[in-house]
Amino acid sequence: MSIQYFGLHSISGSLVVLDHVEGAHFDEMARIVLDDGTERTGRVAMLEGDKAILQVFEGTQGLSLTNTRTQFTGRPMELPLSDDLLGRVFTGAGRPADGLGDVVPEKFGDVNGQPLNPVSRQYPRNFIQTGISSIDCLMTLIRGQKLPIFSGTGLSHNKLAVQIVQQAQIAKDSGAEFAVVFAAMGIQNDVAEYFRRSFAESGVLQNVVMFLNLANDPIVERIITPRCALTAAEFLAYEKHKHILVVMTDMTAYAEALREFSSSKGEIPGRKGFPGYLYSDLASLYERAGIIEGIEGSVTQLPILTMPNDDITHPVPDLTGYITEGQIVLDRGLEQSGVYPPIAVLPSLSRLMKDGIGEGYTRADHAAVANQLFASYAQVQDARSLASVIGEEELADLDRKYLEFGSWFEKVFLSQGFDENRSIEQTLDLGWALLSLLPRQSLDRVDDQMLDAHYDPDAAQALKAKVRGRNG
Amino acid sequence: MMQTPVIYSVNGPVVKVRDTDVFSMSEMVYVGSKRLIGEVIGLTDLETTIQVYESTSGLQTGEPVTPTGAPMSVTLGPGILTNIFDGIERPLRALEQASGAFIGDGLDVPILDTEKEYDVEIKVRPGTVLQPGEAYAACQETSAILHLCLVPPTLSGTVVFAARNGMHRINDEIIRIQDSTGTEHSLTLCQKWPIRRARPAARRLPPSRPMITGQRVLDTLFPIARGGTAAIPGGFGTGKTMTQHQIAKWCDADIIVYIGCGERGNEMTQVLEEFTALKDPRTGKSLMERTVLIANTSNMPVAAREASIYTGITLAEYYRDMGYHIAIMADSTSRWAEALREISGRLEEMPAEEGYPAYLPSRLSEFYERTGAYETLSGREGSVTVIGAVSPQGSDFSEPVTQNTRRFVRCFWGLDKALAYARHYPAINWTSSYSEYMDDLAPYYRKKVNQKFVTYRNELSTILKEEQNLLDIVRLIGSDVLPEDQKLTMEIARIIRVGFLQQNAYHAEDTFVPLEKQFRMMKLILHVCHRAKKLLSDGVTLAEIRDSGVFELVIKVKYDIPNRQLERFNTLTQQIDATLDGLRARKKEVL
Repeated sequence: MSIQYFGLHSISGSLVVLDHVEGAHFDEMARIVLDDGTERTGRVAMLEGDKAILQVFEGTQGLSLTNTRTQFTGRPMELPLSDDLLGRVFTGAGRPADGLGDVVPEKFGDVNGQPLNPVSRQYPRNFIQTGISSIDCLMTLIRGQKLPIFSGTGLSHNKLAVQIVQQAQIAKDSGAEFAVVFAAMGIQNDVAEYFRRSFAESGVLQNVVMFLNLANDPIVERIITPRCALTAAEFLAYEKHKHILVVMTDMTAYAEALREFSSSKGEIPGRKGFPGYLYSDLASLYERAGIIEGIEGSVTQLPILTMPNDDITHPVPDLTGYITEGQIVLDRGLEQSGVYPPIAVLPSLSRLMKDGIGEGYTRADHAAVANQLFASYAQVQDARSLASVIGEEELADLDRKYLEFGSWFEKVFLSQGFDENRSIEQTLDLGWALLSLLPRQSLDRVDDQMLDAHYDPDAAQALKAKVRGRNG
Repeated sequence: MMQTPVIYSVNGPVVKVRDTDVFSMSEMVYVGSKRLIGEVIGLTDLETTIQVYESTSGLQTGEPVTPTGAPMSVTLGPGILTNIFDGIERPLRALEQASGAFIGDGLDVPILDTEKEYDVEIKVRPGTVLQPGEAYAACQETSAILHLCLVPPTLSGTVVFAARNGMHRINDEIIRIQDSTGTEHSLTLCQKWPIRRARPAARRLPPSRPMITGQRVLDTLFPIARGGTAAIPGGFGTGKTMTQHQIAKWCDADIIVYIGCGERGNEMTQVLEEFTALKDPRTGKSLMERTVLIANTSNMPVAAREASIYTGITLAEYYRDMGYHIAIMADSTSRWAEALREISGRLEEMPAEEGYPAYLPSRLSEFYERTGAYETLSGREGSVTVIGAVSPQGSDFSEPVTQNTRRFVRCFWGLDKALAYARHYPAINWTSSYSEYMDDLAPYYRKKVNQKFVTYRNELSTILKEEQNLLDIVRLIGSDVLPEDQKLTMEIARIIRVGFLQQNAYHAEDTFVPLEKQFRMMKLILHVCHRAKKLLSDGVTLAEIRDSGVFELVIKVKYDIPNRQLERFNTLTQQIDATLDGLRARKKEVL
């Protein structure tokens, strides 16, 4: 295995071609040593006859056809794994970036992972309380779920992610430990620093593993970053039995790196220039969330992506939505009108919610109140678009009621402080109080029994009085 | 030239071999020393192209490629039902035992349980002459399904040996037959069939009977025939998977083949859990007893995803030949098309629209044409119905997969984002959806449900259509300016939408509704509509009718009257009539 290949056959973008190669494995790693002694890492991307095509993680700047010696390692890309990962900071390719030296590995894990057998999965059912009303009530996060935040540039997705991490009572009940794996892909230094500082302030830093590929780091490394993070997450979850929340940001930058790499390989592009396998590739990341039957520990994913031009039909949010189990969509209009968190309720969704709420999980009336809030808030949109045409005065009584409900809903239900942590009971009661602003017969998603128990116009008035009082 | 063929190049799931002529098209091969399963997809005098159904990580050039001499096939026999397979029919439970929770490479596991014994009844004796497709043995595969062992479609002859009735394993010799050339063939409980070739049948039958799903919007407005094809296109979050789950749970097919093609792992786990726990309303047994799952989730190898659709339909055809009615849920055909695109890209083929290969339409039509109601080779009647989910990119129905699918299916159940956002489920848009089977099925509805069924159904869709037109006006000037009778139309349309089209999958009574109740609900809505129209002409205002609470009663009928107590419709109608009569009487008094 110690054969060294001198020089290269050709270089193109981040790819290099070696010829007269014998016995190289598809997907294995290679070390490329330059004449000046520096070292780079490459991965076999294609084999053809005696040629091997390598992708070079650190980029090909400074490489020439003659100044390198290449040695194949015979192993796929692997990450050293141990308990000591916690509290550490790594580069996007999994090398220590905090000056604390190498991790003493308990074992090595192939960063590509392997598909989890569907029969070995346990269907996720346990509710994670994030303390954020709109999420807990309307798009409940479930342990083992992958629930992305669809955002836009300049929106408060980072703040929201931090709040979720701080408030998520992911392990309180089970006694198991909770940890965060943070993967940064192509984000600015400031943003990475914001996350680090927030984790430090909330005292969870020693339970965080960070993989940082910042905006100026090589794109080939960016493709490896989430894989390293998820390999660490799987190890900590399934072998160290912790509940892991993986925050990955920004998936759009990841997909763009993939596109750049694909085009440098000369592949046929699909929609908007992204490679045809973007779906499979994203799935190979997102599907690594889950719970294994009979094993304590879970991987929950909270990927963040920025929708280019706020367009939800762009390939990255679109394909993501097809793979993940729902989405939390942020809205620029809400953000501009001062609502935090600016969650657009109607396009947001949690697919696993239906089995993780109600009696025994949250509260028996949860599904009813969530359905009715969705339905009524959809009516608000209709009333608003009508009002913008014919004017508020011309509206029918019921439509005016919807307008009132809508503005209160955004003011007291959607909006909450960055450090305001609401319990699920508070959230649901708030939902009922708001629904009670509407006439009882317009609540057609809820049965009479439920209404008898919870419909209470006095509570609605009390809520209004309280908020007015608070605002002076 | 006679040396073992070896790998020349590796590019993702595509492997090439040079300078050999031992392979044939669609042949199954073992690739590399790990013996990964692959299929020959291209042959030239220079090189053979192979797609590999497992991860190619770690392959080297120069590793051997072993031909098997047989096309890519599935094993057919008892043990298929209740099982969960990957895209090339490897049982996932056996893979779990072999490699743990994560699926490893090059695992060699038996497709069907070879140790399990079935109580087999032999139906032939030495001397019996057997034609292709005739049953020679039967065994109870699950408590719900009797499995018939059929002579392969390519074989006929005289029985020279027959085993005794009793317990047999799937590889035991059951009979031996001698064909016309004098060659003897040994038949066991199982057989193989190439996945890309349709199993032959005697003749195709016209669609004449609906596949009843218990979902009102489907059965009443857009019905599908047994042996029909339907597409469910919809953006993410519109409820494709949910709709398919509902159909799989409640439709009146004998056997369900559920293909999770490039979809979420958790969803397959959910189907497995739910179907095992749920009771089949007709047999009282677990739904899994009549179900087979094919799970090639999005993170499993892409080539196997391409094969999973064919694996599924071949299994379905096998049970069809026994005289069963099979419903295939394919979720999602777009992922399958993307797998085609991905492999086509690796082969550097010339792309057509959006990078999809030019043969996308022909592959789609090949698949959908394998459905249908048939008279089998042995004269039984069976059918294969396909319901394919389509995941259009950006919810744009003009993209190639949706457009091409539309050409080959006769039912189109378009899901609508706006409806889903308003939590109107199932979010099937009643203006963009259609079913070409309505005319074929009208006689069945008239005869088996009610003479008036089709008339009522058409009235319902007329009201919905009128509402669409009125909405255009309302969006501009508000609903207050409409005359009373048009307001009534809007109100009735609301009742139809909320009380009839919306259906709650989580409500014990509402999750499945028999045709009879669907009819009674329609009848009640139209009855109230006609009565209300009369009242308006008598001078009663719409507000008065609304305040009487009659409309809310009609909307809540779906919850209030259980499926087994349809006679309560009569009392409810009387009660509503009395209320409305009261309104009229009061109006007369005032006048």
